[in-house]
Amino acid sequence: MATSSVSKGCFVFKPNFKKRKISVPVEDYFNKGKNESEDSKLRFETYQLIWQQMKSETEQLQEELNKNLFDSLIEFLQKSYSGFQKNSKDWGCQIKLREIPTAALILGVNVTDHDLTFRSLTEALQNNVTPYVVSLQAKDCPDIKHFLQKLASQLTGCCVDEESKEGSTQVAQKKTHCSMDSLSSWYMNITQKTDPKMPRKKRTSSSQWQSPPVVLILKDMESFTTKVLQDFIIMSSQHLHEFPLILIFGIATSPVIIHRLLPHAVSSLLCIELFQSLSCKDHLTTVLDKLLLTTQFPFKLSEKVLQILTNIFLYHDFSIQNFIKGLQLSLLEHFYSQPLSVLCCNLPEAKRRINFLSDNQCENIRRLPSFRRYVEKQASEKQVALLTDERFLKEEIQSLLENLHAYHSNYFLVLRCLHQFTSSLPKYPLGRQIRELYCTCLEKNIWDSEEYVSALQLLRDYLLPPETQPLHEVVYFSAAHTLREHLNAAPRIALHTALNNPYYYLKNEALKSEEGCIPNVAPDICIAYKLHLECSRLINLVDWSEAFATVVTAAEKMDANFITSEERNEIIHARFIRAVSELELLGFIKPTKQKTDHVARLTWGGC
Amino acid sequence: MMSKLELKEDKMLEVQFVGDDDVLNHILDREGGAKLKKERAQLLVNTKKIIKKPEYDLEEDGQEVLKDQNYVEVLGRDIQESLKNGSAADGGNKVYSFQNRKHSEKMAKLASELAKTPRKNVSLSLKNDPEIMINIPQCSKGHSASDKVQLKNSDKSEFLSTAPSGLRKRLIVPRSHSDSESEYSASNSEDDDGVAQEYEEDTDEVILNQKIPSQNRAISAPVCKETPSKKMKRDKTSDLVEEYFEAHSSSKVLTSDRTLQKLKRAKLDQQTLRNLLSKVSPSFSAELKQLNQQYEQLFHKWMLQLRLGFNIVLYGLGSKRDLLERFRTTVLQDSIHVVINGFFPGISVKSILNSITEEVLDHMGTFRSVLDQLDWIVNKFKEDSSLELFLLIHNLDSQMLRGDKSQQIIGQLSSLRNIYLMASIDHLNAPLMWDHAKQSLYNWLWYETTTYSPYTEETSYENSLLVKQSGSLPLSSLTHVLRSLTPNARGIFRLLIKYQLDNQDNPSYIGFSFQDFYQQCREAFLVNSDLTLRAQLTEFRDHKLIRTKKGTDGVEYLLIPVDSGTLNDFLEKEEEES
Repeated sequence: MATSSVSKGCFVFKPNFKKRKISVPVEDYFNKGKNESEDSKLRFETYQLIWQQMKSETEQLQEELNKNLFDSLIEFLQKSYSGFQKNSKDWGCQIKLREIPTAALILGVNVTDHDLTFRSLTEALQNNVTPYVVSLQAKDCPDIKHFLQKLASQLTGCCVDEESKEGSTQVAQKKTHCSMDSLSSWYMNITQKTDPKMPRKKRTSSSQWQSPPVVLILKDMESFTTKVLQDFIIMSSQHLHEFPLILIFGIATSPVIIHRLLPHAVSSLLCIELFQSLSCKDHLTTVLDKLLLTTQFPFKLSEKVLQILTNIFLYHDFSIQNFIKGLQLSLLEHFYSQPLSVLCCNLPEAKRRINFLSDNQCENIRRLPSFRRYVEKQASEKQVALLTDERFLKEEIQSLLENLHAYHSNYFLVLRCLHQFTSSLPKYPLGRQIRELYCTCLEKNIWDSEEYVSALQLLRDYLLPPETQPLHEVVYFSAAHTLREHLNAAPRIALHTALNNPYYYLKNEALKSEEGCIPNVAPDICIAYKLHLECSRLINLVDWSEAFATVVTAAEKMDANFITSEERNEIIHARFIRAVSELELLGFIKPTKQKTDHVARLTWGGC
Repeated sequence: MMSKLELKEDKMLEVQFVGDDDVLNHILDREGGAKLKKERAQLLVNTKKIIKKPEYDLEEDGQEVLKDQNYVEVLGRDIQESLKNGSAADGGNKVYSFQNRKHSEKMAKLASELAKTPRKNVSLSLKNDPEIMINIPQCSKGHSASDKVQLKNSDKSEFLSTAPSGLRKRLIVPRSHSDSESEYSASNSEDDDGVAQEYEEDTDEVILNQKIPSQNRAISAPVCKETPSKKMKRDKTSDLVEEYFEAHSSSKVLTSDRTLQKLKRAKLDQQTLRNLLSKVSPSFSAELKQLNQQYEQLFHKWMLQLRLGFNIVLYGLGSKRDLLERFRTTVLQDSIHVVINGFFPGISVKSILNSITEEVLDHMGTFRSVLDQLDWIVNKFKEDSSLELFLLIHNLDSQMLRGDKSQQIIGQLSSLRNIYLMASIDHLNAPLMWDHAKQSLYNWLWYETTTYSPYTEETSYENSLLVKQSGSLPLSSLTHVLRSLTPNARGIFRLLIKYQLDNQDNPSYIGFSFQDFYQQCREAFLVNSDLTLRAQLTEFRDHKLIRTKKGTDGVEYLLIPVDSGTLNDFLEKEEEES
């Protein structure tokens, strides 16, 4: 079945049912093309195990880190809510009744991590404060109508969950017109309905109040249009006595934004309290601490890899989620490409696995650079034994792995120690964060660095760079370029390279040329590209096509003379057209009406 | 073996942590031992050193942020390690730079330089093509090298003024103010923006001023006139700032004024183009095959990574369609998958979602909105974890899919655990489609797959530059639809066509007003009430044969959204048949 057609763009392929049922297990793709004797099955299992552990560790970490924030948020909600409850006639309270309690949650610019925070926040609030927690995103609420509709549908959705599906009527409501009045009456309804019944188990915590408040989370406060926000706040403050609302603003930038978005008349209707989430840098430190600076996980990153991951974090997105993704990719690549990663597991298990190593794997060990260095240092008869006797080799590996393990447990201990010493020194000569110190130590002998000076000699034996350790390849992932390639790609530079220097990809001697030049036998698109670099804003197609023809004709082999020159010219023109349309597709040029038969350049680089 | 430690508990280090203050006291107090004294001295020295060094004089956070230099270094490292990764080959400063002034003859100059580039076959080519050799020495400033190219192809110049009739038919338009000699205006007939008009007058003026018989000379002359002074200026100040403003200040475009029409070359249609290109023998096929083989070895790894929750995006020069197609036929045969041609001009997120709901999930109902449909799909896939779907999108960055909404929806689909997305991008700014939020939905792994394959399919739909819009598709659909209509309806439509063709040269024509149209139809006995006409128009509109538009005066105007060439062809065909 073809996948090209002039009448449609989607092609569905459904294999017949029987075939489909036997879906290929994931590990088969891992094992494909791998030597059976290199323990690929075991390696994949180990990968899965370690990744699961790391993942749950980070999740747990996130929870712990959020705990403080959530606790204070919940406390705030409870406190402000008790205001609603006291039906006091006191004047101050009356004023307060008009104010919507609002928590401004400063979350930082790492928007990709926010979702996770909000998800656990919603959960925490539902367990502790009120079943009615709704979150809205700006993209769903272009105007107040959608805002209210979305709010209503989510609220009724909440209560459908709670009140054993009596949905049919509520679904109809979805379509109907929504207003604050209808929301208030819905709220009245729902609280009256539930009140007489005894609270169910799920309610126990929140049932301390007769009518629980409605918490509305605006996930990305900055993106909401001012009008929508203002209208909603004014309206809901009018209905506050019958619709007890509490707002939570998710803010990525700074709290000033509230006052920039809302005029004084509106912001005075809010009773705002600020909450600051943990800074993402601290978060990163904790994640590193728990996942890498520990012997709990056998897997380690080399200095370059760690540097790339932290750089992506610091320079691109501040996203913990992306950092973890990078870590996952490193882990996968390590187990995928390093046959000996089968020994990258906890020590007792690794020792057990050594006994089952195949001949092939023993060869792999002998080929490790670190192991070869180690062998060279041994006495000659031991060298022979290591290189010929499998049993002897395996015993030696046992002790080497033990040493590696001991090296790590001491390493991290001493590293933390050194960090404690130096992190409070003025100007932070060895960095303020432990990860900086760690990077330095991974890279070189720390005592060689100018900043260090022999102050802490005792550490010398323990902070050796990992490359000095035999078998370090088993646990260290060092292919930094793979990570950079797959996580932080630069497609435009790749395009430029391919167009400007085809020899980089096509290793043909005819394409070799000195810097900045291009041989005339290069692919058509490269020649057209090179020529267009010589033009300013607009390019005359006639000139361009003739210049192209000049180059291509010169390059053409003259034995192709059997076709007439007219036909040859036509073909060259066709090639030019193809090259130009391809450059258009790539976004280097576009048609323009400014001048007849001209195209406009869209880029300025590459000269 | 450096470390003599063994894994026995007693030999392991034990460190007790002491509070910061205690440590500081310990260091700074006199009571420390000899070793500590030494340590203290050195620490002090160290601090002094630091104070002296200006680059360490940063704010407290300064240390935290690595220097840009370091960063670039780290990212640019290991160039040799990865052969395929073009990203590392060139630094960013080459690719991202300012616009600067270029002279129009530069391209031709480069062309002749490239033409003479010493190659193995160069002597041969020079022998057979003496013109090129002659060109080179002449290629000094002040002369448009394109002239010489023209000389070389002198056999063509005699045809210069006789544009192919097919082209003339479309392009040449009677105009009161343009003299018959100037062909420039012709192709501008459709541009009703002022720039073109203004420009056109310029050219006329130039021709008058120069009064040189050879048109080519006349055209290149203004360029020559301006170059020397500009060049001098630039020689004096090779200042980047100067250049920048120079490039940006002048709105005047200094390019030669020749048009394709003067060249013998007609716009080719898609079919001819294909035929011509099929005669080109591919070069470097061995190297290209090798490249492709490298990528094919990754197929299983891609599958693994897709199944583990990543999505894969392919980038790099050359069509990736064949590669993805091979991927599909090698590893996806036994799984449900949808191939989406992003470059297909009629593609939309709606159609993608429709093929998922209707063909993959066999759902026959309709949805109120795209978002509803998305929700439904998401729920379906979350409920049934045994469901698995591979999406293969060629050109995720195409015109039709690059919008924010489309990307958001595709991103949401791809973030599902049991939907796997494999996509290709080509546009150089494609990554700008994705903000952090979308990137995290997509969870991309990037793979560079430079193939150098021609974008045959991808460019075949778009009405690309220099390719004649054959109009065969709209023409055949016109004929088909009209054939199914009543004779009266056909008459009505023909009336509209004729009126539109009569007005094709009127730039302010916005359509046939409904009232006038009704009047004419009545006079031709085609309708008897405006209700029947309206019913007929609705049918036309449903077939997308006409478009209606309310004018500023509130009157309804009718327009056929097909170019006049096609309409002419259609009328001719109709007459032939009847």
